[in-house]
Amino acid sequence: MHYILALILAVWAPLAAAQDWEDQRLFEGAAGSPVLRVLSNTDTSFFVPIIESFLAENPDVSVAYNVTGSAELYDIFRANPAGFDVVISSAMDLQFKLTNDGFALRVDGTGHPAWAQWRDSLFAFSTEPAAIVINRAAFAGLATPASRQDLIQALRARPDVFANRIGTYDVRASGLGYLFATQDARASETYWRLTEVMGSLGAQLYLGSGAMIDDLASGKIAVAYNVLGSYAAARDDVRDKIEVILPLDFPTLMMRSAFVAKATDMPVAGAAFIRHLTSGQTQTALPPLDRSGQPAITLDPALMTYLDRLKRRVFIQEWESAIIQ
Amino acid sequence: MTEGVRVVGSLRNRLALTLIAGAAVLAVLLYFVVRSYAAQIAQQGQDSILGASVTSILDTAVLRDGMVEVDFPYASLAMLGTDTDDRVFYAIYQDGALLSGYDGLARVDGFAAGTYDGTPVRIATAQRMLAGAQSRTQVTVSVAQTQDRLAETLGGIGRNVAVVGAGFFGLVVLLAFWATSSAIGPLARLTTSVTRRGPQDLRPVISPVPSEMVPLVSSLNNLMARLDQSLNRSEDFIAEAAHRVRTPLATVRSHAEITLQRVDREENRQALRAMIRAIDESSRAAGQLLDHAMITFRADHLDRQDLDLGALVSDLAVRLTPVADMRDVELRVTSREAVHVAGDPILLQNALRNLVDNALKYAPRETVVEIDVTDTPAAVTIRDHGPGFAPDEMAGLSGRFVRGRNAQGIIGSGLGLTIAKEVAAAHGGALVLDNHPKGGACITFSL
Repeated sequence: MHYILALILAVWAPLAAAQDWEDQRLFEGAAGSPVLRVLSNTDTSFFVPIIESFLAENPDVSVAYNVTGSAELYDIFRANPAGFDVVISSAMDLQFKLTNDGFALRVDGTGHPAWAQWRDSLFAFSTEPAAIVINRAAFAGLATPASRQDLIQALRARPDVFANRIGTYDVRASGLGYLFATQDARASETYWRLTEVMGSLGAQLYLGSGAMIDDLASGKIAVAYNVLGSYAAARDDVRDKIEVILPLDFPTLMMRSAFVAKATDMPVAGAAFIRHLTSGQTQTALPPLDRSGQPAITLDPALMTYLDRLKRRVFIQEWESAIIQ
Repeated sequence: MTEGVRVVGSLRNRLALTLIAGAAVLAVLLYFVVRSYAAQIAQQGQDSILGASVTSILDTAVLRDGMVEVDFPYASLAMLGTDTDDRVFYAIYQDGALLSGYDGLARVDGFAAGTYDGTPVRIATAQRMLAGAQSRTQVTVSVAQTQDRLAETLGGIGRNVAVVGAGFFGLVVLLAFWATSSAIGPLARLTTSVTRRGPQDLRPVISPVPSEMVPLVSSLNNLMARLDQSLNRSEDFIAEAAHRVRTPLATVRSHAEITLQRVDREENRQALRAMIRAIDESSRAAGQLLDHAMITFRADHLDRQDLDLGALVSDLAVRLTPVADMRDVELRVTSREAVHVAGDPILLQNALRNLVDNALKYAPRETVVEIDVTDTPAAVTIRDHGPGFAPDEMAGLSGRFVRGRNAQGIIGSGLGLTIAKEVAAAHGGALVLDNHPKGGACITFSL
């Protein structure tokens, strides 16, 4: 599939031309209507219903939907802030930094709750968990791990089964993977022990959740850690092969967010798109905003902590020494 | 009362305006002082958080293998979260060179205001020396935050202080009106008490007054005392003069009468008659001047007695009947029953005699002068069948020494009506001059 990228590819991908989209699609409105350029790291399939209902309400615009990885998205947009009108990403920290650095346009009067927006500029519109996903066949006859601790024990108990069959994000190249990893590390030391165990068993590193789910379904890997739960839950085709586990010890909940670029020349259409996105009226496979259960990662300046060059250098060093053995 | 007095402003307005203007100045001052004080405190609040953030970052700076590592905690930036979502910028420098964070933040020591990305920010900066095995290096950390929260806090405080200031001002305005009326009160009371006095009342003001009014009131008392004295003196003088003139006049008159008996030439007799007539007139005037002086004195010290007005009028009529008979005029008194009044008998007699005298003088021969005494209100109405008053003169006739046009050839001084009027006024009554619809003068003397 188009978004499956090998680890090798991933390493040089950020260096490649910015126009190497994972997916690119034009949703046409009225003939000759101006094009709202959307930069996103969300798979097109989740956004088709959203964009189609948006176009039904706003027939005088077209929408160009460009998909790329969360880290690349950040680089692409920073290099060309006027090149896109709406930016959507699951990497909350990068989105936050773009907003803090003044790249986002204010959209007033959305009535969006304060905890799900920042400066009336960055708007969260879904709450999605990081999950442990397992291949049902590999765990046949065994108890499914309910927490990270359970997973560590399961991996240690059967190194022969799991050697080179564990998948997780390459936090160096994936913005969302880095966010999940840093938030896990903040929450508990368990993360580092789990990473060391995964490293000792030769973990496979991925750029996106989609690839991990594909490999889980095919049986190439038996378990994957910090997979986007929403992506896994949306895959009807592999439902009988994989199982999604939300760890009980502590949850890592991310909010997908969007903003209108400050340099846009379509501020009205951009604001309309944000309002449409935050209205919660659209039927899509993305889970809605939810604050009823455990707290999600909050939108506040601390999100920029691990984006600091020195902090990142230290974190990546530690991560590499744990995962690459 | 106020005509002829030049008015320059108003004490009450001046006082109220001064108080209100003072309150306005104070309210504005209060607004700015409290607001700037609040701004200071709010700024201190922001500074202390920025300072804590800087310290927490700087504390984690270590020198490892010659490299500076700053593994600052999540809380360093988390503590900068505000409900107005203020933007946060930070920078970490090693010996002045940017190591990490935002380039272009103003380099200042301590706390300072600045701008970043076109937005006003508050910047906190601190530094620290790190010593390694071979080298020493200085790490500087700056943390900046936009001031939306501060502006919002100040806006809220500003609104509250404005409301408090306006309330304060409103209260002071009310207070100013109250204070001015209470300050002006004694002046108004003095005015009322002086205004309400009778025309002859020149007694000093004795009710207590505030100290500020003492000079005014003592001057006023002084003035009134001098006025009283000078009035008394002139009345005394007139009475004395009239008395002194009357006796020699009587002597002159008797000599003139004797001479008239002796003289035969008609022209000399006429001259003597004219002389006697002039003497009579002077004598009567002197008598009335004395009467008037007496009335002026007695009016201030009324000797009220319970008496029957009807009986008093009847007595008077009896005494004047010879005079009436001389002129062929009938005096007709109608008094149905006793009319009891409290009055000074001498004054009333004098006044009524003057009125009846007048009626007799102007009544044509063979006519009746009707005197009616009525009760509730006690009044005496005297009507003759003479020419009556000229309508245009009626209002001024009771003034001193004023005589009507039709008085030519009739002896009189012009004081009779004045006396009657003053006696009526001293008793709280009035003298009304009128013409009877069927002809003749009609005077009502009421008490």
